[in-house]
Amino acid sequence: MANIRFTNDHEWIRVEGDTAVIGITDYAQQQLGDVVFVELPEVGRALERGKDAAVVESVKAASEVYAPIDGQVIEINTLLLDQPATVNSDPQGAGWFFKVKLGDTAQLEALLDETAYNNMIQELG
Amino acid sequence: MRYLPLTGNDRRGMLARIGVGSVDALFEDVPKSAWRSQPIEGLPSHAGELDVERRMKALAAKNLPAGSVPFFVGAGAYRHHVPAAVDHLIQRGEFLTSYTPYQPEVSQGTLQYLFEFQTQVALLTGMDVANASMYDGSTACGEAVMMANRVTRRSRAILSGGLHPHYAEVTRTQARWTNFTAVDASADIDGNEDLAALIDGETSCVVVQNPSVFGHVRDLSSLAEACHAKGALLIVVVTEIMSLGLLSPPGEMGADIVVAEGQSIGNALNFGGPYVGLFATREKYMRQMPGRLCGETVDADGRRGWVLTLSTREQHIRREKATSNICTNSGLCALAFTIHLSLLGEAGLARLAQLNHATAVTLADRLAKIPGITVINDSFFNEFTVRLSKGAAGIVEELATRKILGGVPVSRLIAGKPALDNLLLVAATETTTQGHIDALAAAFEDIL
Amino acid sequence: MAMNSTGRGDTRPIDTHQPHTATGQITTFTANRGLQIEEALIFEQGQRGRTAVDLPEPPAIKSRLGSVKPRKDIGLPGLSEPQVIRHYTRLSQKNFAIDAGFYPLGSCTMKHNPRLNEAMARLPGFADIHPLQPISTVQGALEAIDSLAHWLLTLTGMAAIAMSPGAGAHGEQCGMIAIRAALEARGDKRVRVLVPESAHGTNPATAAALGYVVDSIPATADGRVDLDALKAKLGPDVAAIMLTNPNTCGLFERDIVEIARLIHEAGALFYCDGANFNAIVGRVRPADLGIDAMHINLHKTFSTPHGGGGPGAGPVVLSEALAPYAPASAVVKGPNGFTLVEHAEGESFGRMKAFAGQMGMFTRALTYILSHGADGLLQASSDAVLNANYVLASLKDVMSPAFDGPCMHEALFDDHFLKDTGVTTLDFAKAMLDEGYHPMTVYFPLVVHGAMLIEPTESEPKESLDLFIATLANLAARAKSGDAAHFTGAPRLTPRRRLDETNAARKPVLRWRPTEVLDEAAE
Repeated sequence: MANIRFTNDHEWIRVEGDTAVIGITDYAQQQLGDVVFVELPEVGRALERGKDAAVVESVKAASEVYAPIDGQVIEINTLLLDQPATVNSDPQGAGWFFKVKLGDTAQLEALLDETAYNNMIQELG
Repeated sequence: MRYLPLTGNDRRGMLARIGVGSVDALFEDVPKSAWRSQPIEGLPSHAGELDVERRMKALAAKNLPAGSVPFFVGAGAYRHHVPAAVDHLIQRGEFLTSYTPYQPEVSQGTLQYLFEFQTQVALLTGMDVANASMYDGSTACGEAVMMANRVTRRSRAILSGGLHPHYAEVTRTQARWTNFTAVDASADIDGNEDLAALIDGETSCVVVQNPSVFGHVRDLSSLAEACHAKGALLIVVVTEIMSLGLLSPPGEMGADIVVAEGQSIGNALNFGGPYVGLFATREKYMRQMPGRLCGETVDADGRRGWVLTLSTREQHIRREKATSNICTNSGLCALAFTIHLSLLGEAGLARLAQLNHATAVTLADRLAKIPGITVINDSFFNEFTVRLSKGAAGIVEELATRKILGGVPVSRLIAGKPALDNLLLVAATETTTQGHIDALAAAFEDIL
Repeated sequence: MAMNSTGRGDTRPIDTHQPHTATGQITTFTANRGLQIEEALIFEQGQRGRTAVDLPEPPAIKSRLGSVKPRKDIGLPGLSEPQVIRHYTRLSQKNFAIDAGFYPLGSCTMKHNPRLNEAMARLPGFADIHPLQPISTVQGALEAIDSLAHWLLTLTGMAAIAMSPGAGAHGEQCGMIAIRAALEARGDKRVRVLVPESAHGTNPATAAALGYVVDSIPATADGRVDLDALKAKLGPDVAAIMLTNPNTCGLFERDIVEIARLIHEAGALFYCDGANFNAIVGRVRPADLGIDAMHINLHKTFSTPHGGGGPGAGPVVLSEALAPYAPASAVVKGPNGFTLVEHAEGESFGRMKAFAGQMGMFTRALTYILSHGADGLLQASSDAVLNANYVLASLKDVMSPAFDGPCMHEALFDDHFLKDTGVTTLDFAKAMLDEGYHPMTVYFPLVVHGAMLIEPTESEPKESLDLFIATLANLAARAKSGDAAHFTGAPRLTPRRRLDETNAARKPVLRWRPTEVLDEAAE
C-alpha cells in the first residue's frame, strides 16, 4: 500500500495509474458512527484541493469530505447511494467515494504517508 | 406570587447549601455598571388573576370580532368554523406543555401526530413528502425559493403577480439579504399572466399561487412543463388550503414544491398568527427540505415507533451548512390542523370545500347585480376580486362603521398603485350566512 | 473531512434483555399495558363515509372553478368524533410534559405555562380578529402589542423593537439583517461574523444564510469567550459578533462590556442571542451591556407554551443605530389611536413574515408579564438562578460540573464522572426516563464532552429538586458501581424503548402509504 496517502482531515487517496481513488479513513468512519447518507460530486466536476467535494452523514454528524488534490471527477461510487453502510464496513475498499484524473502529482507529496497518519490518530487518542 | 413555589425558608436553606449569603452573590460576574438590585422603575407590580383578566378583557373589548358581524375578509387568512374538539384536545397538557420531541421514547404522541400531519399534507397537496411545519405560509414560501436555489444551483426566482403581496415581500426580503434575485411580475388582476416567457436558463423557480391572491383558479400543468423544460422548479403556493378539498392538487399539475398556509384548518384568525406553514415536495428533493421531519422506525423490542430524522440537514448539527436556520416551528398549530382534518375526513372536507365555493358563488352573483360593482373573476374558490366605482379603502371603512367587515382593499396589500385603488377582495366561507350576504349587498347598494 | 466530535454515543438501540432488569415482559392479548394503549395511525382506523363534522347540503350552484379538474380521491380516513377524541387522547398519554413532571431541558426553559394565558388568548376580541380588517376595529390588539413592546423595551433598555419574527431563529435572522443593512447603509462591506464555539446552531446557520463567513471563537477553560482570541480575530472585515448571554454553558459572560467595546471599536455590531434572557430579566438590562440587537423567545422567558415544538415568537429589540432598519409591520401610537405600518418604508429592510406577528403568543406573554409585574419577574429570574445553583451545588461531588463557580439559570455537567463506567451521557439520560424525568439537554453545548445541561427554571419547588438530586446521585452511584447494563438497556418503562434512528435515516419513511400501494411497489 505504498501508493496510499492521507490528509490531516481523514481522507485517503490511492493512486492507480493516472487515476486517484478517494475515500474516508477507518478512523473517520468510527468517529462518525453509522453512516446514513453520502452525497457525491457530479462526474466531470473539477475539484480543488482542500475544498468541499462530498458530504457524509451519520445520525449524529454531517461532514464535508475535502478533495485531497486538484482533479476532475471521472467516476463516483454509486453503491454508496443505496448502501451507505459500506463506508462503515469497508471504508478503504468498497466504501471509496470518487475517482479523479490525476494531474499535479506533486500535490501528493504534501500528504501524509500511512505511518505519519497512524501516528497522528494515535495522538488524537 | 402564585407561579413561584419557593418560600423564604426554602430560599434561605438553598443559599446555605450553595454556600452564599444571598442570590445577588450568584451574579458575581455581572459588571457593576449593569447591575440592578431593585426592580426596574416605571413598571407595575404583580397582579392576581381577576385583575389581569379585567385588563386583558378591556383590551379585547376594543376589537371587533369577526364572528360578531357580517364578515368577508380573507387574503391569506380565513374564518372557518373549528369544531370544539380541536381546542379541547390541543389544550391537553401533554401536548401543550411538551417540547420538540428530542427524547422519542417519551414523545411518541407528538411524533405520531407529526407523522400523521406529514401524511395529510402530502395527500392534500398531491406530493410525496411533507415536513413537520414551518412558521406560516409566507416564511415557507421564502424557504421554498431558497430550496429551489439549492436544488438547481441557480439564483433567479420568478414571482407571479398573483402571489400574495406579503409572501412576495417576505421572499424579496430573503432575496435581498441572502443574495439571490427575485423577479416580480406585475399584479395579475385578471388571472391571465404568462410566466413561461420569463423563464430562462438561470431561473431556479417560478412561484405561483393557486387560487391567486385575486382569487383566480388555474391549471398550472403547462407552466410546470415550461419550468421543467428549462430546468427550473415550479413552486405552488396555496393560501386557502381548504380549496384542495375541491381542486385538483398542485402535485397533479407537476409542482416540485408546494407551500401553504394551513391556518384555515383547525386554527383561529388570531390577528395573523400563530399559523402553520405547510411544506411538501417530491421524494427526490427530500434531503433539501428545510425544517423538522418525523420518520417511522422500530424500537429495541421491534415495536413500531417514530423519531425525528434526517436531522443532519438541520442547524443544530450542520450549523453554518444547514438547509435552514429554523428550529422551533408550529407544532401545536400543526396538531390543530391534524385534528380538524381527522374530524372532517375525506367526506367532510369535500363537502366543506363545496360549501365554501357555493357560498362564494352566491355572494358573487348577488354583488354582480349591484350598480357600481364589477366582479372581475371568471374562476374562483371562496374569494374573488370586485372593482368598485369608488376607492375600496374608504368603502371598507364606511362598511366598518355599519358593523360590516367587508373585505380587503387591494391598496392595503399593494401600496402606491393608484390603478388598484378601486379593487376589493371579498371572501365567503361556510360561516357566511344568507343574512350576512344580504346585509353586505344592502350596504353596498346604499354606499355606492 | 470536517470532523464534528460531539462525544455522542451510539444511536442504534443495544438490546439487552437481562432477565433481572427487563420489565413489562408480561404479554397481553392486545399488546396494551394497562393504561399504555397501542394506538394505530389515524389512517389505519378510518372508514369511508364517516365524518365527525355535520355540514348542510351546499346550495345548488354552477361551479366557477375554471379549467381546473375537480379533486379526485384524497385518501383521508373518515372517523366519528368519539374516535378522534380517543385517538388524540391516547397519543397525548405517550408524551412527557411540564404539566406531568420535571422537564429540566437546558436552554429550552420549560417553565410552567399558566392557564390564564391560554384563556386570555382565546378571548374572541383577540382570537377572532383578522389581520387585515380595518385598523379602527383592532385598536385593542394594537394596544396589546404596543403594551407588550413597552415592557420588552423597558426590561431590555433598548431603543426599538421588531415584533413580527415567528421564533428565536427567525428573530436572529431579523437582527442580523438589520445589522447588515446598517453596515451597507454606511457603505461598509464586511464579510466575517464571529460566533463562539459554544453557540446555538442557529447562530452560524443564520450568519451563513446572510452570506457571512462564520469565524469561530474558542472558549477559555472557564467556559467564557476567550478575550485574547477575540481580539486577534477582530479586524475591519468583521461585521458582527453573535454571542449568547448568559451563554450556553449557563455562565454570564463576565467580559461582555469589554467585548461590546472592542466590537464597536472595530466598527462591528453586537448581536446578542437572548435565548437565556430568563436568567437576568429585571436584573440586567441588555442595553447596559452594550448590545445592538437581541431576540427574545417569548416561549422561553415569557412562558408561552412550547406546544410540542412551537409556535414560538421572537421579537427583536434594537439599538438606536439599528432602529431605522426594522422590518414591517410596526405598530405606531398616534394622536388618534394606533396605526399599523404595513409596508417597508424608508430604510426598513423589508418584511419577515405575513401580517403583524404572533398575536396569540403576544397575548399570552402579556398576560404572564402583567401577572408577574416588575417585582415578580425579578423574583422569577432570581429563583431560576437559585434553583440551578442548588442543583449544581448538590450534585457537584457526585457528578462532574463542567466549570467552577456559580452558574446562571442552568447547570452544566460533563461526562467525566462516567469515565470507565461503560455508561455514556445518552445512557444516563435514558435511565432518567425510567425514573420519571425528562432528561436534561445532552451533548450540547459542543464545547463540553458528553454535556448535560440542566435548567430547572423557577417553576420547580424545592421538594421536587431534592428528589431529582437524590435520583441523579443514585444513578451516578449506580453507574460507578459497575451496573452499566441498567443504563445501556434503558429505558424499559416508557411507551417505547430506544428507537433505531440509524435505520430511520438510511431508509426514510416520512409518511403513511396505503398497503395496496406498497403491494404494487413490491410486485
